[in-house]
Amino acid sequence: MRRTRSLVPLVGVLPFLAYLAVFLLIPTVVVIVGAFTENGTFDLGNIRALSNSATVDALRNSVVLSGSTALIGGVLGALLATVIASAPERSLLRRAVLALSGSLAQTGGVSLAFAWMATIGGTGTLTVLLQKALSVDIYGSGWLYTLHGLILVYCYFQIPLMVIVFLPAVDGLRAQWREAAETLGASRLQYLTQVAGPLLLPAFLGSLLLLFANAFAAYATAAALVSQGSPILPLMIRAALTSEIVLGQQHLAYAIALEMIVVVALVMTAYALLLRRSSRWMR
Amino acid sequence: MSTSGKGPVGVEFVDLHRHFGTVRGLDGLSLAIEPGELVCLLGPSGCGKTTALRIVAGLDHPTSGEVLVGGKDVTGVPTNKRDMGMVFQAYSLFPHLSAADNVAFGLKLRGLGARERRKRAYEMLELVGLSVHADRYPHQLSGGQQQRVALARALAFQPSVLLLDEPLSALDAKVRVQLRDEIRRVQLEVGTTTLFVTHDQEEALAISDRVGVMNAGRLEQLAAPAELYSSPASQFVAEFVGLTNRVPAQARDGRAIVLGDQEVPALAGSVAGDGLALIRPEAIAVEPDEQGTATVTQLSFRGPITQVHCELGGSELLVQMASAEAQQLTLGGRVRLVIAPAPVLVVPA
Repeated sequence: MRRTRSLVPLVGVLPFLAYLAVFLLIPTVVVIVGAFTENGTFDLGNIRALSNSATVDALRNSVVLSGSTALIGGVLGALLATVIASAPERSLLRRAVLALSGSLAQTGGVSLAFAWMATIGGTGTLTVLLQKALSVDIYGSGWLYTLHGLILVYCYFQIPLMVIVFLPAVDGLRAQWREAAETLGASRLQYLTQVAGPLLLPAFLGSLLLLFANAFAAYATAAALVSQGSPILPLMIRAALTSEIVLGQQHLAYAIALEMIVVVALVMTAYALLLRRSSRWMR
Repeated sequence: MSTSGKGPVGVEFVDLHRHFGTVRGLDGLSLAIEPGELVCLLGPSGCGKTTALRIVAGLDHPTSGEVLVGGKDVTGVPTNKRDMGMVFQAYSLFPHLSAADNVAFGLKLRGLGARERRKRAYEMLELVGLSVHADRYPHQLSGGQQQRVALARALAFQPSVLLLDEPLSALDAKVRVQLRDEIRRVQLEVGTTTLFVTHDQEEALAISDRVGVMNAGRLEQLAAPAELYSSPASQFVAEFVGLTNRVPAQARDGRAIVLGDQEVPALAGSVAGDGLALIRPEAIAVEPDEQGTATVTQLSFRGPITQVHCELGGSELLVQMASAEAQQLTLGGRVRLVIAPAPVLVVPA
């Protein structure tokens, strides 16, 4: 009887487990197996190909893109989260920023790319306006479609994502900690550097890692903006799968995907460790 | 052991007002705490006791009035310059610091060297019986242990004044009693002037030199616990502190006649003429008597004492007596009620 009862919750999560198996576990196994095989036999050629200069460049660009947007988005998002955390729970400012952040953090792909193109692309509204009014050329040589452009566009969803993931940590700072620090003789700056800062640091670093992983795996926005070349890993996978110039690179795509899985897994493990530390403090 | 090299100082509230919109959180609170004294502010929720304490700490500001510490006006002094240790209700330890580092926090801000800080922190933890847990983090300590560390932290830098904001309210009953006695022991040992805020009358009566009973932003009475209990200055104090029977009475010339023909002294502040005498349950004796006018309606055994409910002339009286004596009473039995000749307060009916 007791055994039967203990199995009941398991039945409830079966659909979710099935979902994970079909859309996470099986694809991961397929990627791993595919990365180490060629024509049905074990082969390390595709793994070795990861050290090619083009793949290494793409990895470096992906890391630069993810790292810089995580840092920019992280700092600006954390500042915004701190500002709205000081507003009352039901204030219009807080609700508006949270609602907007929830929406913008999920914005990406073709629609986001098009919005930027329509604004600061070659014939974008702002580009034309500034050109006519001030003779200022913000389009330049098409930087929007390079790594720099990707950094700007990615920040559009990285900043609101940071607000959403970092706000609970800021909200978790108890008023008693500030008041206790003050009664013990701490100035505002000393409270920030010796209490609030150390308490928020794990959550901040963890959030940066989450933003890094988010940008590292993003594909659609970059694909819509960059049609020439493969400056980052997701676009390199696209090229390996769809290129009409070099055929039969499907297993190289598996190897690159495996490389990305390893990077994201490492990042998310560090994120989980940091989150565990800060959640223990904020309990 | 005296932690304060500066010597204890007095604290004075001078006509403090604190208004929250139209609500008067404090309505002219004046009160003086002697150097080295432990005074409890006692009262129901919303009476202004925590507001008063926060104003002393500088965490809130009065609408008008002054706070004097050692005779100096500190009303405009920022919290971090007030030299006051404070223990909060709960969860005020810094979670990323060990118990020792929490205690040493105030010392670090005052520029003490690492070795001196560590030594001092251990001394303070020793004082509250937690030196063995010096390296533990708050989440590794029980609620009672955390409050002990908070007490050690508040005292470590030898503050002029110690403020305690319902420090026991989040603890279970047994720990609360233990820590209550611990706080008093430590306070007597260090001799720091202390203001303790609580809504628990037993707590206030047990550890205070004097208790200030607050109601609606005002101080109803400030007195030693025994005086507060035996000679309440107002109906509110009589009914808020301890249990009270309301017995019809006639008061005149400093005397009150209760239960028909029994005469007892009336406290200053009693009304003249017909009114209600406020009588403590233990000030009434119950004697079995077939000719008695009261009837026992309920007997409630409480260990060393028994609570006896008696019906008299349509109203119910509560009596507390030694359980050994209560054994001679029976449910439904006729009894005679005798009032002890202690002064009673007579209030309007």
